[in-house]
Amino acid sequence: MTNALLDQTLAAAKAENRAALIGYLPAGFPTVAGAAQAVQALIDGGADVVEIGLPHSDPVLDGATIQTADDIALRGGVRTKDVLETIRTVTAANPTVPVLCMTYWNPVDRYGQARFAADLAAAGGAGCILPDLPVEEADEWLAAAAEQGLATVFVVAPSSRDERLAVITAKGTGFVYAAAVMGVTGTRAQVGDMAEDLVARTRATTELPVCVGLGVSNAVQAAEVAAFADGVIVGSAFVQRILDASSPEAGYAAVRELTAELAQGVRKR
Amino acid sequence: MSDVTSVPDARGYFGAYGGRFIPEALVAAVEQVADEYEKAKADPAFAAELNTLLKDYTGRPSPLTDVHRFSAEAGGARILLKREDLNHTGSHKINNVLGQALLTRRMGKTRLIAETGAGQHGVATATAAALFGMDCTIYMGEVDTQRQALNVARMRMLGAEVVPVKSGSRTLKDAINEAFRDWVANVDSTHYLFGTVAGPHPFPMMVRDFHRVIGQEARAQVLDRTGKLPDAVVACVGGGSNAMGVFYDFIPDAGVRLIGIEAAGEGVETPKHAATLTKGDPGVLHGSRTYVLQDEDGQTIESHSISAGLDYPGVGPEHAFLKDSGRAEYRPCTDADAMEALRLLSRTEGIIPAIESSHALAGALKLGRELGPDAVILVNLSGRGDKDMHTAAQYFGLLDDSAADAAGGAK
Ligand SMILES: Cc1ncc(COP(=O)(O)O)c(C=O)c1O
Repeated sequence: MTNALLDQTLAAAKAENRAALIGYLPAGFPTVAGAAQAVQALIDGGADVVEIGLPHSDPVLDGATIQTADDIALRGGVRTKDVLETIRTVTAANPTVPVLCMTYWNPVDRYGQARFAADLAAAGGAGCILPDLPVEEADEWLAAAAEQGLATVFVVAPSSRDERLAVITAKGTGFVYAAAVMGVTGTRAQVGDMAEDLVARTRATTELPVCVGLGVSNAVQAAEVAAFADGVIVGSAFVQRILDASSPEAGYAAVRELTAELAQGVRKR
Repeated sequence: MSDVTSVPDARGYFGAYGGRFIPEALVAAVEQVADEYEKAKADPAFAAELNTLLKDYTGRPSPLTDVHRFSAEAGGARILLKREDLNHTGSHKINNVLGQALLTRRMGKTRLIAETGAGQHGVATATAAALFGMDCTIYMGEVDTQRQALNVARMRMLGAEVVPVKSGSRTLKDAINEAFRDWVANVDSTHYLFGTVAGPHPFPMMVRDFHRVIGQEARAQVLDRTGKLPDAVVACVGGGSNAMGVFYDFIPDAGVRLIGIEAAGEGVETPKHAATLTKGDPGVLHGSRTYVLQDEDGQTIESHSISAGLDYPGVGPEHAFLKDSGRAEYRPCTDADAMEALRLLSRTEGIIPAIESSHALAGALKLGRELGPDAVILVNLSGRGDKDMHTAAQYFGLLDDSAADAAGGAK
């Protein structure tokens, strides 16, 4: 089962002969109340799809920038129900923008898989990205997600062998998240040359769009990735803009500006 | 009981616990470890080389010591200590490290990384890196680098890089997070030499297997010494490696109670403890499903213990399985009781135990009083206390003009 809005959005970008721009920000950041505004800035700047992160105490796959944001969010008291509420606020204001929840597995496990899927769908969410849930452990979740019309996006890595790519893409829906580098989230000077090869190997196993994330932070890199991928995923660069800003409002403006630059980048393939 | 000892299954599950909850970037590396371990197990040369190291480098078999004066304080029950503190580097950790270091060489990798709490696993890993000519980076929570400063110096002396981890609780949990981040980025050259029976499959099984020698030796030694099996085997549980090592060969012996002692910090009725099996709930942390100290939302709760090596909000999945199946029992022990046991063993036997191991000793004192003078209790003395003298000196006021108070144990 898949999510129609997400599929249509990615197909529309493809029809325009461009890559989609996918923006990430964690819920609860910079504050529980301000998170929806931060995400709105992504959308106003031109993001096609947004990912709202569920902050976690142990973000093993995140570098210093998103760790800091998660810390701020958790110290600010963000709860799982607040994450769902932020998603609800964003989807209510932007019914044509697919909103995914990006989360480590334990919070979903703790909430209850079926209950999380139902509540995410009720909040208007389009699906989940689950970076530490391997396909081997995902059957129960996949059934719950399918029942609610949610997409489940799996991550593939440069270290994934071809046979394994086929196993992963057979179970995933929406799109495939290709990690550009071996490493954690964070901005990087170079996107790396492993991404293109990984996208090609992934495409050989699936019709799903393949979107690339990890390390992309500016329009030039976005254009580079857009040349071979269906979508460009950016997270840490947005978080950094908010961390660097003198006020939340200045942060949202900076996010809007960066999104607009990146949106031009993904149209320059 | 064969159903207990044959675990885990092919997917790494001990009943409902274990598995492999890891990012895709690490799947190939973890599968490589599992494959190489299976090959090594089938290779007599691997066992031969490991056994030679255990004998000539570590000093195995470790002795079994009758502690008569200490036993008198335990209701007269006969307490036997398995002396892992006498291993080279000063704890049980070296058993697993040498096994995994040999495996690393077989995989053609040249760099070891590890997490450490008390610093004993870090020291053991740095030692193996020196012995095998490998690069070595150790992640250690900043709090732990302060309370176990001696071990930081030892690791650096051995040529390892020690990275103080400043995120989260700045203890063992966060050191593990940071080691995983390093591994994801450097997996081609690097083996993550995980230091306890937690983590993704095959680590819980493999680390247990490398420590199994503790229980194999001890079982034969106790039989030889006393003519029977012990009534109980007691070990401290942080992640649970020394406990799994000493427990494992006793699992089929239904008459032998297996008792793990968790760190209760300031008390399990307070928020400041590390008693994961006593107070936690099933969840996923650091690659496996197990008991976790977590809040309603599945966020990990920071643990607290005077002992850096037990200050961890997770626990190995096989312990979760042994708890649920009833084959093992898990009890909490406070900082205060552990420190009292540390002092008692020092004063009655001339053996200064690690604070981690002191939790097991405190558990044995209590158990001995419950079981009475006919009981034989095997305690795994997992490490020696040199590294803890700073904490002990502060706790008991051992230095300068406060030294006089020490005899009375004044805090
Ligand atoms: C002496 C000693 N005992 C016990 C432990 C706890 O680890 P585990 O529960 O894996 O045996 C440590 C860990 O640092 C240790 O140094």
